[in-house]
Parts: sequence; structure tokens; C-alpha cells
Amino acid sequence: MRRDVTIISNQQIAKATMEMKVRCPGVTVAPGTFFHIKTSGLLRRPLSVANVEGDIVTFLYKVVGEGTTELAGKRIGDVLDVLGPLGNGFPLEQYGKRVVLVGGGIGVPPLYYVRRKLQAMGIETVAILGFDSKDSVFYEQAFRELGETIITTVDGSHGERGFVTGPLARVEADVLFSCGPEAMLKAVATSSIPERYLSIENRMGCGIGACFACVCQAPDGYVKVCIDGPVFKAEEVLL
Amino acid sequence: MRMNVDLPGLRLKNPIIPASGCFGFGEEFAKLYDLSILGGIMIKAATGEARFGNQTPRVAETAQGMLNAIGLQNPGVETIIAEKLPFLSTFDTEIIANVAGSTPEEYIEVTRQLSADPTVKAIELNISCPNVKCGGMQFGTDPVMAAELTRRVKAASSKPVYVKLSPNVTSIVEMAKAVEAAGADGLTMINTLVGMRIDVQTGKPILANRIGGLSGPAIKPVAVRMVYEVAQAVDIPIIGMGGVRTVDDVLEFIYAGASAVAVGTANFENPYVCQEIIEALPARLDSLGIDHILDVRGKAYAQLVSRP
Repeated sequence: MRRDVTIISNQQIAKATMEMKVRCPGVTVAPGTFFHIKTSGLLRRPLSVANVEGDIVTFLYKVVGEGTTELAGKRIGDVLDVLGPLGNGFPLEQYGKRVVLVGGGIGVPPLYYVRRKLQAMGIETVAILGFDSKDSVFYEQAFRELGETIITTVDGSHGERGFVTGPLARVEADVLFSCGPEAMLKAVATSSIPERYLSIENRMGCGIGACFACVCQAPDGYVKVCIDGPVFKAEEVLL
Repeated sequence: MRMNVDLPGLRLKNPIIPASGCFGFGEEFAKLYDLSILGGIMIKAATGEARFGNQTPRVAETAQGMLNAIGLQNPGVETIIAEKLPFLSTFDTEIIANVAGSTPEEYIEVTRQLSADPTVKAIELNISCPNVKCGGMQFGTDPVMAAELTRRVKAASSKPVYVKLSPNVTSIVEMAKAVEAAGADGLTMINTLVGMRIDVQTGKPILANRIGGLSGPAIKPVAVRMVYEVAQAVDIPIIGMGGVRTVDDVLEFIYAGASAVAVGTANFENPYVCQEIIEALPARLDSLGIDHILDVRGKAYAQLVSRP
């Protein structure tokens, strides 16, 4: 589960947003799972998987603190100590139907890999991607190549002004897959789409279920985001 | 046989033990390596009823360390006995059950139940958790209360009792002597140091619990110093812990007077760390010219005493 991976690219693609590609031979990654990345800090950083092409795994991450600043400074050829893939992803196999993908900010990346997989399975998708403003938008063209894509920005500087909930109200789908900030997940959790799956983010410790740091409230107690999730049915968690 | 350590109730094949709260009930790590290689396992704290713990965020990274405020989340003693101990009993390693509570009666009842289970070889009395409102550290910062609780828990236990000491005291030696006099069979030390981090964007503490326990390499020098002082003041064995992540960290604690060493936070950084330390120990003993690991126990002060 722990492996050394070699960085083959690491570049800025939007405001404070980096795309890192690593060579990770022999790995099988389910969409929605994550890797736990070692930095010089004590705790690892959980990063979702934005894409897998052959041996190449792509991570997109936002530079927010010491760990991600350090990652942003990594160069081609540098080696990272990673644990993973970890957790449970989106349940793609169950749905031969129309799926709406709703992403917010740095929650967008795993939905790209999800969409590629769904397209390969012949499942129709529509993507609604929300960002703060035009300079934080990424992967728009990549998403458009895979199907209908609606972009929203809070300040209206690109796409529709407002939040993802606007376009979501007029989209018809059988299943919703979502990843993004808690406020967004809270809003989409109660949408009228019959089946809703949410990918939850939390500060993590071990990433393997032992430390009880990354729990999320559930109807009957707590669930662990790292091993019970990070993807949950909307009914399984209380946000 | 150069790493085995015999302690009250415990026959450790080596002195390496994952620390309570950092290893769950072993299930996650059993997927990564054979738990039978471990000297023992200190399992997550048990309370009388299931506890859900604190709100999140529950962890925050610090320089060379981390703060946690989990809040003793656990499924309760009955579920632990019914669902967790049977799995742990399948491994050839010594199980040490960590006991917590809000009242002396809760500590006593949980101890009675856990110590009666044949899988449990010793009790670790947790009077040092800084992250719960009632009980926990309040029993571990007053020597009279600590001694009284130790006496009552010891009377209820059918297995040896190790008392886990808090570093958040003026005199750890006084605490150690108090629980030794009350009948403790051993000491485990140290628990976390109370700390806080504040988010400068919001001006508020990062942890939902506001304060939390500091662990990791940052606290190792404090832990080594405390083991060094206590080992010279008591006659019961010490299982040392606090920031251990390498084989040399282990040896530092042994030199300071510990008989075995627990590895905590390092399991989060590297889930294979206990296995790696155990594998690295023989070669390190060779390179330092140490035959049996306990040959150097307490040597840090013994050398000072014998210096002319």
C-alpha cells in the first residue's frame, strides 16, 4: 500500500491550483479514492485522484498551507512517499443511467476521473462545476470534451453567476455524484435527484481508520471518512 | 533472545508496543503486517458505554508534532470484549487494555470486565487523557486522587495495572511515587502535553475542542527527561513513550530507564513503523556493541552515579 512514486510534472493550472502527475506502476485506482502523501510535516496530506492514464496518476491540489506549498515546490524526478489508493470511491457499476456530477472548487478533480470512467462505460453524464471566479477555473475544456458541462462562478466572471445549485435545479438525472466544500455538499444532499453520493473532506490523521480523527456525523454515531468513505450515500452522513 | 522483556503480566518478545489511541484495535494494521511480530499492543481506551468523542476538527499538525482531541471515541467495553478482543486473541502478542472513565466507578467496572478476559494481559489505567471534560486527566494531576483511583482499580483487577502518567503536572516524580505506593505494577509515560493551535485567518482555535494533546517528535525530549527522573525514583518498571519513530529513539528511552517502549503518532506518518523498528533493532544493537537491549536500561543515570 505504501509506495514511492516519481513526479513527471507539477505545474500551476489555475489560481493557487496545481496539477501533479506521478508515475505509479501497477496501480489500480477506483474513482473517488485517494492517496495519502508524505511531506516533511508529520501528518500526510490526502489528495484525490483526478485521472489515471496507464501508469500515470494525476493529482490536483490547492496550495493552502505548509504541506501543499512544499508539494508545489517539487520538481520533475522528485520521489514522493504515498499510501494508497485508500478509501471507497463512487459506485460506478450500479448505474446504467444518467449521472450528474456536481463539483465545487478543489472538489472538482475526482469527478474528472469519474466522468472518464462513466463515459467508457457508455453512461451519459452532465457536469456542473462551481468556482469562485474565472481565475480559479480549471479543466473546463477537458470536461467539455466528455459531455455537457456547466460552469458557475460566484462572482459571475465566467459561466453562470452563482452556485452549482442554480443549474442543478433544472438538470434531470437519476444519480448525483458530488465533491466539494461542506456548504455545497449540504445543499446538493437534499436535491431532488433520487440517488445522491457525496465525497467528504476532513482533516485526517492516519488515513487508514485507526486514529478516529476524520470522523463525520452519521444518523447513528460517526463514520470514518478515510475508510468508510470518503464517498457516502447522502443519507449516511449528517453534514 | 536479545530483545525479550519480561514485565508484570507481560512476556514481550521485543520491547516495541504500539501506543493506545494510535493503533485502534489492530484491525487496520493487521492488513499491513503480521501483528504477532509486536511485543504487545496497547489497545484504544475503553469506557463503560460507547463514546462518540469530540466534534471535528480533531487533529492539527504542529512543528514536529500534532495536536489531537479525539475524545476517547470507542464502542464501549462490552462491544470491545465481544467484537475486538477475539480478533486480537488470534495474534501471538501481549494485549494491554487501556481503561478510561468519568468516575472511579466507571474505571473500576471497565477494569473488572477487561481484566477478566484471558486475551488481556495487563491494564493500562488512563488517568491522563486531556481531551474529555470529566475524568481523564483530572485523576492524573492530583497525587491523592491518582493514588486512590489506582488502589481501587488495582483491587478490582485480576491482571497487573500500569498507570499512564500525564506530563501536565508540576512533579511527575511525585505522581509516580504516589501511584507506586498505591500498588501500581508499572508505569506508562508520557501521555500528551496539553496544547493549542490558532488559525490566524479566523482567530479561533483549530481544534473543535479548542485544546488538545501534543504528541510526536516535538515531545520526545520531555518524555525522555521524565522517564529518566521517574526511573530513578521508583522500583516498578516503566514503558516509555513520546515521539518515538526510530530505533535510536527506542534506545534513548531504554537508556533513560524504560524497560519497553510504545510507538504512537509515528504510526500515522508511517503505518509500518513498528515493524521497521523491530527489524532494525538487532543490527543497531550490534553496531553499538549491546548484547541484550536491557543491558543498557537506566545506563544514562547509572553512568553518572558511578563516575568517579
